[in-house]
Amino acid sequence: MAKEKEKKQPLPPVAEWAPALALSWLVPGGGHLLLKKTGRGLLLMASISLMFVCGLMMRGAMFQPESGDLLTTLINTGGFIGDVASGILYLLSQWLGYNQPDVAGAVHDYGTKFLVTAGLLNILAMVDAFDIAVRRKD
Amino acid sequence: MPKMTLSHFEASMLFSLFTSVVLGVVTKRTDRDRLHYGIYTFVCFFVALFGLGWLMYFGHG
Repeated sequence: MAKEKEKKQPLPPVAEWAPALALSWLVPGGGHLLLKKTGRGLLLMASISLMFVCGLMMRGAMFQPESGDLLTTLINTGGFIGDVASGILYLLSQWLGYNQPDVAGAVHDYGTKFLVTAGLLNILAMVDAFDIAVRRKD
Repeated sequence: MPKMTLSHFEASMLFSLFTSVVLGVVTKRTDRDRLHYGIYTFVCFFVALFGLGWLMYFGHG
């Protein structure tokens, strides 16, 4: 009985959740706004965007995928994925020519972490938007 | 874009605030639980920040 309840429901058609997921990546909180979760969407948008902007103002560096030893590959590729996950914020910063070299300094280092974390938090927001879109969550 | 220079404490507090808001929003199912979890996460960050700060202070000798 319990196992039957735990059985996963089939996913709704892609057209039902893909727009929310895509918008959620492109605009932090956008997926929630599309799904009429305005309050949560605005909170996510404000938090993630402010975190990204603080990272830029602290002159954090963006990661570029780099190959080399395992640790270098992991850090740089993981960091790059984190940066790209911020969606339009990352794209805009690149289009507007933001190019901060990785320099020593606590503030720069915090900035780099802010930029990556903003993207990682946006991935959590995307997962949440997906759950709402497939009705696993209100 | 203006440059922002923050102390370790200010940067950590900002980081904790933004992260707690997002974790609170995406984790729970009711607004009340979300608020509680957001505050709980922020307090955890705060305690860890002071705990690690003192640990490093004493560890440094």
